[in-house]
Amino acid sequence: MDMGLVYIAGAIMAGLGALGAAIGVGLLGGRFLEAAARQPELVPMLRTNFFLVAGLVDAVPMIAVGLSMYVLFAVV
Amino acid sequence: MASESSITTSSYIKHHLQNLTFGEKQIETAAGTWEPTGQMGFATTSQEAAQMGFWAINVDTILMSIILGVAMMWFFRSVAKTISTGVPTPVQNFAEMIIEFINDTVRGSFTGGKNDLVAPLALTIFVWVFLMNLMDLIPVDILPLAVAQGAALFGADPHHVFFKIVPSTDPNATMGMALVVFGLMLYYSFKIKGTGGFLGELAFEPFGKMALPVNLVLETVTLLAKPFSLGLRLFGNMYAGEMVFILIATMYGAGLMLGSVAGLLQVGWAIFHILIITLQAFIFMVLTVVYIDMAHQHH
Repeated sequence: MDMGLVYIAGAIMAGLGALGAAIGVGLLGGRFLEAAARQPELVPMLRTNFFLVAGLVDAVPMIAVGLSMYVLFAVV
Repeated sequence: MASESSITTSSYIKHHLQNLTFGEKQIETAAGTWEPTGQMGFATTSQEAAQMGFWAINVDTILMSIILGVAMMWFFRSVAKTISTGVPTPVQNFAEMIIEFINDTVRGSFTGGKNDLVAPLALTIFVWVFLMNLMDLIPVDILPLAVAQGAALFGADPHHVFFKIVPSTDPNATMGMALVVFGLMLYYSFKIKGTGGFLGELAFEPFGKMALPVNLVLETVTLLAKPFSLGLRLFGNMYAGEMVFILIATMYGAGLMLGSVAGLLQVGWAIFHILIITLQAFIFMVLTVVYIDMAHQHH
């Protein structure tokens, strides 16, 4: 296989995963701050849910990075 | 490792990603196909492990998860036996902290009435998954090397002994847990809603009686996606994290300059990983509780 294609595949995997997660975490953090400013007494509950959803969002780029690393270093 | 004489980055990574597999020994024929030999034993190459098929057992996964499960039960049992209402010991404080945390979370997300199973299940899942993920923080070569040297005492070739210490980087372990959760979901769905109620929910929602086939397909996919994503999310996160640790470990072989950078990287990634392993254990637990809660909901 052409080596260049493997590098491009790895870069696309890691890059697109990071892009989606960055948008997601940005929206999530912004809404969290808005909600916290509006109702500070809800912050403990909001923080728990914030971390829960952040973990769900975080899973996607992590998996993408792991797979792209596997493709780059182990498959070739 | 492909050959003893030269360890490449690729072979090092593959060696670390291979489970210790026990099953029927296979032998490669001259034509390149694999034949079963009829004897039981450990696979010495990853190709052989792949050929062992469905009934092969990943001994390292099972061994580590049982050890961690027993350690967890021993800890909580020893605390429960010496529990006092007076000034609590630090260990008792720690155990109470975990139990209160789980208790609060389950109270917050489980609304299905009285169920004595959910909170203990959540506690077991959280602590067990956390301990399994925690194995990720142990430097990648220590335990595998120790096991390989130990196996060499019994006459095995240490270069062909695989050992993966993080059970949750094996999809068999995470999907196994997800399947148990799925079984509980089905059990409570049938028990609470009744067979008719549960099948009706699958057949008549969300579009009503007229679109029965569409509903059936949609709801079945939704139902099956839950355990699938539950197991794969944990596996994917831990596998990716382990992959990064292994890549950092390969840098130690690349001279003093890269080696010292690798030391910093490993510490940094390990600290970040503390967040991930706890978060993934928490998410697995919360989703389990939420799924079982959904099985309790009447419509």
